[in-house]
Amino acid sequence: MSAHAETLNQCGSCASSCHHTAQLTKLGLKIRNWDYTVALAGNPNTGKSTIFNQLTGLHQHVGNWAGKTVTRAEGAFTLNGKKYKLVDLPGTYSLLSTSVDEEIARDFVLFGQPDVTVIVADATRLERNLNLVLQVLEITDRAVVALNLIDEAERNNLTVDERALARDLGVPVVPMAARRGAGVKELLNAIEMVASGQFSARPHRIKYADERLETAVETLAEQLRVEFDNLPNARWVALRLLEGDENIINAIETRTLGKVKEAGAFPSLVESEAR
Amino acid sequence: MTLDKLKMGRTAVVTGVRNQSTERRRLYDLGITPGTPIENVMPSPLGDPIAYRVRSAVIALRREQAQLIDVEE
Ligand SMILES: Nc1nc2c(ncn2[C@@H]2O[C@H](COP(=O)(O)OP(=O)(O)OP(=O)(O)O)[C@@H](O)[C@H]2O)c(=O)[nH]1
Ligand SMILES: [Mg+2]
Repeated sequence: MSAHAETLNQCGSCASSCHHTAQLTKLGLKIRNWDYTVALAGNPNTGKSTIFNQLTGLHQHVGNWAGKTVTRAEGAFTLNGKKYKLVDLPGTYSLLSTSVDEEIARDFVLFGQPDVTVIVADATRLERNLNLVLQVLEITDRAVVALNLIDEAERNNLTVDERALARDLGVPVVPMAARRGAGVKELLNAIEMVASGQFSARPHRIKYADERLETAVETLAEQLRVEFDNLPNARWVALRLLEGDENIINAIETRTLGKVKEAGAFPSLVESEAR
Repeated sequence: MTLDKLKMGRTAVVTGVRNQSTERRRLYDLGITPGTPIENVMPSPLGDPIAYRVRSAVIALRREQAQLIDVEE
């Protein structure tokens, strides 16, 4: 797959205005010994695969309708001497109510333990996209918001105050027009800052004020951690149980909860090789 | 009234979602929460599903879903 290894500086699709100071090498499918795992999550049709392709040199299916990516795809790049595994996920509106495709995304975000979660948001439909952003920030502070389709927003006379948004959310917000490569350098910079811990986020969190709820959540979470061997995001799972989420109850009964972590393999690659 | 009664081109405000289950969660996640304006933008040729604009996104809802949503014009 060495054909995919190219440096971004030579990337012909970049707008002439972008100067790449960061040393990016696209590694395609050469995923070995990575230092960090980065997940690309977001609502359907927001440009996740477009960004994935830009960073890895791979050719994930891209098109203008929702639900193109139906399984997990993985690729890699190196940046300033560190190796990153990048995971392209199916689009999802929520971590709570999920269809089958969306479960793949949910499970990876919750249990795949990515070092950085990039939430790709559609700048033209920001309000709706913020639902998922807030849900992801509830479970991790190692996140970056890629505010994509900013060119479309401009065409529709929409401007987004990304500084205010970053301040309110407590995580970096990077405006992008990924199709023409705009904002890629800034996104890489933000990913690096969060992965290396140079940027410590203070994400916006919903507080559960009621002490009884807090006690119930902690009691359940503790049991979950014991039953499921240090399950990440046990508090989140506990909340879903209290809510009566049938998906999660079922995953616990069949002991399939958090199976992403246990599998540890690359299902998407294994599948595509088998085809 | 419920959303399925909303005429083409009209906008109403969501007052509640009747179902208790995951279906309500699903509708909430699509941005259909109490206080949100919702517009009937396009019927489909067979009258079901119907396209609605909510929070600047257009979504299609089946009649059974629209019947769960209470709105006020
Ligand atoms: N104008 C514009 N179009 C973009 C931009 N980024 C992506 N697109 C287009 O948006 C559409 C969706 O892009 P994808 O990368 O397939 O989106 P996705 O989030 O992977 O979609 P799903 O896998 O279906 O959830 C494609 O037609 C892209 O060419 C952008 O920055 N500006
Ligand atoms: Mg995709």
